[in-house]
Amino acid sequence: MAIQKPDVLFKGISHRPPQKDWMDVPAQIKPGRYCYAGDPEALEYVGLPNPRKWNPLDDDWKLPENWQEIVIGGLKERLEKFRSFKIFMDVCVRCGACADKCHFFIGSGDPKNMPVLRAELLRSIYRGEITKAGKILGRFAGGRKLTEEVLKEIWYYYYQCTECRRCSVFCPYGIDQAEITIIGRELLNLLGLNIDWIAKPVANCYRTGNHLGIQPHAFKDMIDFFCDDIEEICGIRPEPTFNKVGADILFVTPSGDVFADPGTYTCMGYLMLFHYLKEEYGLDVTWSTYASEGGNFGFFTSHEMMKRLNAKMYMEAKRLGVKWILGGECGHMWRVIHQYMDTMNGPADFLDVPVSPITGTRFDSAATTKMVHIVEFTADLIKNGKLKFDKSRNAAIKATFHDSCNTSRGMGFFEEPRYVLKSVLDNIYEMPEGTTKEQTFCCGGGSGLNAGENDEIRMMGGLPRANAVKYVHDKHGVNMLSCICAIDRATLTQSVNYWVPGVEVCGLHELVGNALILPGEQERETDLRGETLPGKEEEE
Amino acid sequence: MKAIYSLFLVFALVLVAMFGAGALGMEYLFGVLIPYLAVLVFVVGFVLRVVGWGKSAVPFRITTTCGQGRSLPWIKQDKLENPSTTGGVLGRMFFEVFLFRSLFRNTKVELHDGPRVAYSSSKWLWLFAILFHYTFLVIFLRHMRFFTEPVPFPFEMMDRLDSMLQIGAPALYLSSVIILVALGYLLLRRLFVPSVRYISQPADYFPLYLIISVVISGIMMRYFVKTDIMAVKELTMGLVTFRPVVPEGIGTVFYVHLFLVSSLLIYFPMSKLMHMGGVFLSPTRNMTANSREVRHVNPWNYPVKVHTYEAYEDEFREKMVEAGLPVVKPLDETSEPAENKE
Ligand code: SF4
Ligand code: SF4
Repeated sequence: MAIQKPDVLFKGISHRPPQKDWMDVPAQIKPGRYCYAGDPEALEYVGLPNPRKWNPLDDDWKLPENWQEIVIGGLKERLEKFRSFKIFMDVCVRCGACADKCHFFIGSGDPKNMPVLRAELLRSIYRGEITKAGKILGRFAGGRKLTEEVLKEIWYYYYQCTECRRCSVFCPYGIDQAEITIIGRELLNLLGLNIDWIAKPVANCYRTGNHLGIQPHAFKDMIDFFCDDIEEICGIRPEPTFNKVGADILFVTPSGDVFADPGTYTCMGYLMLFHYLKEEYGLDVTWSTYASEGGNFGFFTSHEMMKRLNAKMYMEAKRLGVKWILGGECGHMWRVIHQYMDTMNGPADFLDVPVSPITGTRFDSAATTKMVHIVEFTADLIKNGKLKFDKSRNAAIKATFHDSCNTSRGMGFFEEPRYVLKSVLDNIYEMPEGTTKEQTFCCGGGSGLNAGENDEIRMMGGLPRANAVKYVHDKHGVNMLSCICAIDRATLTQSVNYWVPGVEVCGLHELVGNALILPGEQERETDLRGETLPGKEEEE
Repeated sequence: MKAIYSLFLVFALVLVAMFGAGALGMEYLFGVLIPYLAVLVFVVGFVLRVVGWGKSAVPFRITTTCGQGRSLPWIKQDKLENPSTTGGVLGRMFFEVFLFRSLFRNTKVELHDGPRVAYSSSKWLWLFAILFHYTFLVIFLRHMRFFTEPVPFPFEMMDRLDSMLQIGAPALYLSSVIILVALGYLLLRRLFVPSVRYISQPADYFPLYLIISVVISGIMMRYFVKTDIMAVKELTMGLVTFRPVVPEGIGTVFYVHLFLVSSLLIYFPMSKLMHMGGVFLSPTRNMTANSREVRHVNPWNYPVKVHTYEAYEDEFREKMVEAGLPVVKPLDETSEPAENKE
């Protein structure tokens, strides 16, 4: 689907809602704003309910006979299982503080993208079908019945929320639409109402370990290919190991880094760092082809699916007998590790409390999960003077840093990446206040919405982030947006190119790889992207 | 429409009290029975709701982290916005509950040509919300002089401070003015800000009107319609000592006031007003963000079906061997394929 020019799209945004009551405005499923339906084979593979071919544009969604019962039963069950959900259904005062905080509302103007209203779509069912007051007073109490039309509306808008949690920062009660969306999607999944960009990766992760379904030999090939590139640039070839029993550390990264540019450059950065650490300090890091996905697509399906997919990391760590696990630059992966992993898949008592064998630093904040973020690992190495850098190789880059939603509002991971960035680069400019750290904006493609067919809504959702980038681009000539999330690297590349041409996107370890002086390396002519380094132009 | 419905409903309540306690003279019903019932409904309803929430499990720590988390020792943690200890959580909750911290962060978005998206600080909602809640509290506390004998010093003090300005006789309460202004702002915002109007429901207008009419009937009593304060005190003291009496000649407006307050108490537990209790229980705010550091148990964690390494190797063994990847079982050892496990 061809998408409008940026200025046309921008001019079309109006934040004025219609006069009619929202319950009287049925959802109209627009191409460009929804993702294709989940492939039945993928659902079948992992045993999800109601696999069938269906199309969101059709009238008939081929729901099971007793679908209302399933949804209402599922709703009741989850009200008991999640206090968060129950409280969030009950205490919203509709103050509207969250309304203009969602990137999808800012960029689309669609009032049902206001977090409060997105929640009301489900809350109205909760009131109309479950609470006494709502059952008696009906619409006066904001309740309505669960009809097919309502179900379609929920599906449409719950797959227009990237579960970024920005709304929750501003809500006086901390109502987190992401939590409501997660549970709303669980309910939709009970009817087989998934989207393909989630269903397929889920099945792939389950089968092959990574979301693209890369089989073990091909996974290794990809990494070998990066090693070729590194050899060409530096004259040194990293020798990564795979599935190695008895390695010190297991490394798990989002498989986006292994497959899609510009994540691949970040992956080269990891390889170079590990090579350096092996040569200088004898650290033995291994990759797994079995647990080859950090990003958890189950998280966008159900809590159960999240647990099923995440289990691999601990199972593999146990099998290989490593000391602890190192995790790559990824958003959702880290939200899941930080807030769910130990509770769901733990206790990981067969692993050690992570200690950096090089600096001796004990990562107490990861004492129970036994999983360390590569950025905190690297920051610690740098702080202890264990890495040698040549910053001049990044001299052509003027960078800004994009805080990923999940590492920000799910972890509070702000200073570590900035410290690493400052250590490898001189020209850094922060985006304006209100758009960074806990108030950071989503890339627009998180939570499995990074598909091609929903371009329009992704560009709309990407507007707030891209516009803040535009500010530093215009003011300071920023030409690189650095981040620590694989979905960011994929989505932002497109949306930044759409709204602010001239800015590229990179992971942090790409910049680390550029600056890192490998022992015995040849003089580099280019950076990891093959661009000529500053000062090397004449020699060409 | 919704706004009008709700207004109409509140008018109806006023009429019921005027008619019932005034024309029909059912003063005992409106002065004793309904207030008792209301307090009972309020207390029982409130407790049931909170217990209901409390019964739901808290499986995961989903704290919203609004500041630097605990990390390497040389990185300064934001202990209030991203607490990893109970002390930090208490601090965070204090700021949330007493100072409306999150609302204070509020911003407003505007689109300009360019294209440019601009954000500006927007503190009006915070200001009027906090004014409303605190004046409500003050008014509640200074009413305590009707329910105590002798009146304890703090309540006296509160009353004196509130009427500090000494305008007119009887002296004007500051709180009455502020609460009306604040409620007026909240109401007008709902009526005239398009996006807020769009999300508003009868259940949002109704309590606003109800509280406004409680305040207005209170003001009426004090300044405009003659009410026998001594008689009111006799009645309220009778209520709290469980020896209810209904003195003569209190005046209908008092019963209207009391009936509206009773309605508010009854409405409270079944409505969004329960945010008063909910604010303390919100899992994104009242939990420590330390689940990477400290083990936390999910009460309903159950085993799930996972894909084992053995099953994986069975499927890909040939390709793995070809690519030089280590395998556990050599190729020629043909045996039963491994199962996935629960
Ligand atoms: S900020 Fe919170 S209470 Fe206010 S409308 Fe949004 S979700 Fe509801
Ligand atoms: S979680 Fe993010 S995408 Fe979802 S409603 Fe809130 S701000 Fe919007």
